[in-house]
Amino acid sequence: MEIMAKPLTKNIRLDRAFATLADYESTGGYQGLRKTISQLQPKDVQQWVKDAGLRGRGGAGFGTGLKWSLVPVDDLSQTRYLVANADEMEPGTFKDRMLLEQDPHQLIEGMIIAAYAIQAQKAYIFLRGEYHVAKFRLEQALLEAKSKGYLGEHVLDSEFSLDIVLHTGAGRYICGEETALLNALEGKRATPRAKPPFPLVSGLWGKPTVVNNVETLCNVPHILHYGVEWYQGLARGVDKGTKLFGASGRVKSPGLWELPMGTPIREIIEQHAGGMRDGCTLRGFLPGGASTDFLLPEHLDVVMDFEAVAKAGSRMGTGVIIVLDDKTCPVRMVLNLEQFFAQESCGWCTPCRDGLPWTVTLLKDIIAGKGRIEDLDTLAGLTRMLGPGNTFCALAPGAVEPLQSALKYFRADFERYIAMERA
Amino acid sequence: MNEPIFEGLSLAEIREINAEMSHYENKTAVSIEALKIVQKHRRWVSDQCLIAVAELLDISAEQLEGVATFYNLIYRQPVGKTVIHYCNSVTCWMLGSDQVGESLCRHLNVELGEMSADGEYTVLPIVCLGACDHAPVVMVGNELKFDINEDAVNEIFGR
Repeated sequence: MEIMAKPLTKNIRLDRAFATLADYESTGGYQGLRKTISQLQPKDVQQWVKDAGLRGRGGAGFGTGLKWSLVPVDDLSQTRYLVANADEMEPGTFKDRMLLEQDPHQLIEGMIIAAYAIQAQKAYIFLRGEYHVAKFRLEQALLEAKSKGYLGEHVLDSEFSLDIVLHTGAGRYICGEETALLNALEGKRATPRAKPPFPLVSGLWGKPTVVNNVETLCNVPHILHYGVEWYQGLARGVDKGTKLFGASGRVKSPGLWELPMGTPIREIIEQHAGGMRDGCTLRGFLPGGASTDFLLPEHLDVVMDFEAVAKAGSRMGTGVIIVLDDKTCPVRMVLNLEQFFAQESCGWCTPCRDGLPWTVTLLKDIIAGKGRIEDLDTLAGLTRMLGPGNTFCALAPGAVEPLQSALKYFRADFERYIAMERA
Repeated sequence: MNEPIFEGLSLAEIREINAEMSHYENKTAVSIEALKIVQKHRRWVSDQCLIAVAELLDISAEQLEGVATFYNLIYRQPVGKTVIHYCNSVTCWMLGSDQVGESLCRHLNVELGEMSADGEYTVLPIVCLGACDHAPVVMVGNELKFDINEDAVNEIFGR
């Protein structure tokens, strides 16, 4: 039953031990790959994943099957790459770490199937340098997969061969941006690249490259094993499948749960996370990481679907919620967020490099009692100037999301600091 | 121990760096791995090592310096035997990471980034370590430690 309702976390154990190859195989592991290799053409795999409705779990929600179908495969002799984005660094997000540490074969199987779908001969796992346990376990799992013939020359005795290289990063948030990640893999500063050309056409060393998030790839084996209809039936809302949702902050039981897409936010915070700690009240939350807009208690009945959260004025992002309680000052929380983004800006384009430190200066002044009411207009202006379309990549537009929504929902808190100075 | 043969790099380091090259299209791609290998052996990357790595990879020292200074986990200054990274991102901050950082520094009588007098430790802030359900968290060397409070800080230093 668990296998069918919770495909992603069925092997996750409370003691944090990890699923060996034998454990993984005993719950249907590598069956999706066997079916793929023996029965399906690459185009079929793309179509299955497209029909299943799998959307990227890294935050942007792009259709995974569609992404794969855009890779040019006319020239089969050309090199193509698959990259698993395991550079989880969105503050407040801790979902991929669990998948990497506790069920590494799930990612590996997903990668082999994805590589087959785009006929990539080489794949990289771009792992956060700080994820030491994941590194150790992935290394072991890669060896196991190779020894069993799932990976390497002639996968399951087929014509398809694949090499997976584990690369560990040296730490920088911008590496999560796919073109910056490619520069990091090439041994350069991780500054984003201009698009177009998109990585699907010209990515790693100028070759067609697909970059998929860890959780996205972990969905793939199950779609191939159990089928499109089963996958679609998992969800409660518009988007398909299950997802790892979580909550952190002053809730009773912070954690991570695999739940159907379309699960109401209220259920995640009140049931799974056990509600607020005694003596704390919910003031708001960031639904999917640091770079998503604040929502309020009145939005608790919004469901975790890409469109539904967007309609409420935010983004589902990574689906891991950061809870703001009444003991935490929203202005200081936003300062912490903007300090993070200012520090992690790669410095490549001017609005981000200069704009984010400016928001930090203004917020610090306000908190120090040196703010003026006009500063709130300047901050609002900055959220527009750093917004979509004005910067090279999505870092700055994401960075101003919590700021713009805090100015809207918690304006009184900002004004109180400014009034204090007057008094 | 390791016989230095490449103006500032040991044989072991050179071997490890060369072994990485087979995984990538060109030598440049090994830059980050190479810096990490040097650090594994020496804890930090000195100017001399940086220049030697650049020579080994056929890139300019300036380009490699641009890479080295870009990433949070490459140290261009000496650090202690164990680097303690404490997460200061949003959830950890909310649950007391400022106090954790202060407490770590107070125990060692150092400023952030400074090496303790005995050369054992350096304390640095780090961005979200992906363990927000156990905030605040710290990473002692390679080991993640959960739910950090004053007692847990004492425990880190065996007190």
